[in-house]
Amino acid sequence: MKADKQDSDSRPSQRREMTGAEMVVQALIDQGVTDIFGYPGGAVLPIYDELFQQDKINHILVRHEQGAGHAAEGYARSTGKVGVMLVTSGPGATNAVTPLQDALMDSIPLVCISGQVPTSLIGSDAFQECDTVGITRPCTKHNWLVKDVNDLARVLHEAFHVAKTGRPGPVLVDVPKDVQFATGMYTPPEVSPRTSYHPKIQGDIEAIKQAVALMLTAKRPVIYSGGGVINSGNEASKLLRELVELTNFPITSTLMGLGAYPASGKNWLGMLGMHGTYEANMTMHDCDVMLNIGARFDDRITGRISGFSPNSKKIHIDIDPSSINKAVRVDVPVIGDVAHVLEDMIRLLRASSTKPDEKAIDQWWSQIDRWRARKSLSYTRNKDVIMPQYALERLYALTKDRDTYITTEVGQHQMWAAQFYHFEKPNRWMTSGGLGTMGYGLPAALGVQIAHPDSLVIDIAGDASVQMTMQEMSAAVQYEAPIKIFILNNQYMGMVRQWQQLLHGNRLSHSYTEALPDFVKLAEAYGGHGIRCEKPGDLDDAIQEMIDVKKPVLFDCRVANLANCFPMIPSGKAHNEMLLPDEATDDAVANAIDAKGRQLV
Amino acid sequence: MNAQNLASGSAYFIAKETELPVTTVLSVLVDNEPGVLARVIGLFSGRGYNIESLTVSETEHEQHLSRITIVTRGTPHILDQIRHQLERIVPVHRVVDLSVRADELGQSGPIQRELALVKVAGLGEHRNEALRLADAFHAKVTDATTEHFIFEITGKGSKIDQFIAIMKPLGLVEICRTGVAAMNRGPMGM
Repeated sequence: MKADKQDSDSRPSQRREMTGAEMVVQALIDQGVTDIFGYPGGAVLPIYDELFQQDKINHILVRHEQGAGHAAEGYARSTGKVGVMLVTSGPGATNAVTPLQDALMDSIPLVCISGQVPTSLIGSDAFQECDTVGITRPCTKHNWLVKDVNDLARVLHEAFHVAKTGRPGPVLVDVPKDVQFATGMYTPPEVSPRTSYHPKIQGDIEAIKQAVALMLTAKRPVIYSGGGVINSGNEASKLLRELVELTNFPITSTLMGLGAYPASGKNWLGMLGMHGTYEANMTMHDCDVMLNIGARFDDRITGRISGFSPNSKKIHIDIDPSSINKAVRVDVPVIGDVAHVLEDMIRLLRASSTKPDEKAIDQWWSQIDRWRARKSLSYTRNKDVIMPQYALERLYALTKDRDTYITTEVGQHQMWAAQFYHFEKPNRWMTSGGLGTMGYGLPAALGVQIAHPDSLVIDIAGDASVQMTMQEMSAAVQYEAPIKIFILNNQYMGMVRQWQQLLHGNRLSHSYTEALPDFVKLAEAYGGHGIRCEKPGDLDDAIQEMIDVKKPVLFDCRVANLANCFPMIPSGKAHNEMLLPDEATDDAVANAIDAKGRQLV
Repeated sequence: MNAQNLASGSAYFIAKETELPVTTVLSVLVDNEPGVLARVIGLFSGRGYNIESLTVSETEHEQHLSRITIVTRGTPHILDQIRHQLERIVPVHRVVDLSVRADELGQSGPIQRELALVKVAGLGEHRNEALRLADAFHAKVTDATTEHFIFEITGKGSKIDQFIAIMKPLGLVEICRTGVAAMNRGPMGM
């Protein structure tokens, strides 16, 4: 479904003889690839030699292969194109495992090309050898070890096809060094997908009719959309907006789906799930018809399954049949691509003689407005200490009118970013949802910035996560990618601490970082720009400085150390058993605050 | 609230499965290419599914197709998941739950056959008894000396289990079983 999105400035080449290394570069060009992220090593030197002798592919040298993977993910997520990474054998490949699994869980199209020791040495425990296809088999959608140079071109084209069609995902092509040197016949891309792989794109019309009929009976409906809408492309987001307009149904979204429906839209309830808004979760709990569009009933979304939206009929649109009935039993499954299914759905809705029950839905909205009035994202301002929520409110206010892309790391800051940064468009929000990879955001920001050199790219980070891939600051400086790393620094692994407070008797086992680097000096050491801000009154000027500097920036935003992320559905609870900020501060969190901390919070 | 959460002590929602597990036979048609078996069994181990028996061989040479027969056990919900997860594997062409298909066709179950080689060593009365019982089970003698027999037996798994149990006191030395081969009755293909 994304086959038409690869923009290519060159005509596909003809069949001709070339070396395996040349084929890799030629296949990338023929697939419309313009930028790749990688790190050289012994087993990929022939490919690097070819990269040296051409100028169609821009190679970004990262500082660690994990960075290459997340950068390629950010690049893919922000453009809708396939992200490409190039790594060497052994440690190069094992370092790629985390981003591959990350891309698998978040359905990001990614092609990883890895070097391998020569075929004659495979299995001999050669230097920098590992069983790459064995190790990456469960963390890719599919992978290949190419032992014959005459298979290489076909496999590479097939790899792109598998990565970007159906439910997108990561693939890996392992190329032994002798295959890179060998000469064989290059074949241009052609439409001959293997017979066993045929993802279903068009939804079954009978199922869609059933879904529409059910939607038209709804008195308390809700739309719950997910990352599948983003993956389906811009058309899907457009259709989603049209559907909401047409039905006046309330809409909430998963972490991965933010931006498909605009946060400024009147039907928007905010994100749902563990740290979702009160109105979103209560609407899900009490609805009578739920329309799940491209989401997968993740455990962070549903809360306790037995208490999940107990009185609703559920419609589930998903391109992956294995997502249907996996976690939650649904009444009307529709297997297909979101844009295709929504198109049919809207057409049927428009043609239908019955219309949505306006009166019932108006009543439903007045109930939802009462939940909204609970203001579940409220927090206590402080004029001496920067509250993390306040920092994000200001960041949003000062960047929303710009061409902005946001990435995050994983933890409290990620949830606050999802709650307080509001997205109007798809592909503007890059975060590690499924795998929850700390260290995702900084390299992802690099990838986004390479794809959008003139845009404002901000990684909303935590002080712990950002240190996991900090080395990519060096790559950002090298490629003059002015990414802004906005660190909500509370010296804790905040989410770990929050769980320890809630679940482990406030025993804060190894969640406090006693020694942190001086982020300002660190930025300067890398050749970037460092900013520290400690007072709410200085925040706007400091953020403005960050925006204006034309260099990579590490922004050390010192925030209240012990602030926690609410609302929250505690483990084992249902959507209507949320812990709201005003209920949580006193009993649960107060225990965690010592005399010194009390001054801060 | 703290106390309640302490009781569960987990970030995950662990629900008990209420359906009863059943045993079923899956036929999986795959491209015969390197690593395809690893993909299939890796899926079972990675997602915590059971394999009770596994048989694999190339069945259509020209098309490079192999047929994998898996006997597995799980709740109907899990078995449905297994089928869909198998279908996600790129070189997998088709997955058919033969037991479910048999139900649809109004049959008692798919035909299941297994072959076993059973080596028995002994002298005297034990030896005569082994040969007599083998005959009763329609097992063939494929190799013999004055001290041993190797019996070849085919049939349902339960028949082979029974044969092996009987041979145990008669000098059973070793057993090799192929695992289950299965297909549905009637003129239709899978």
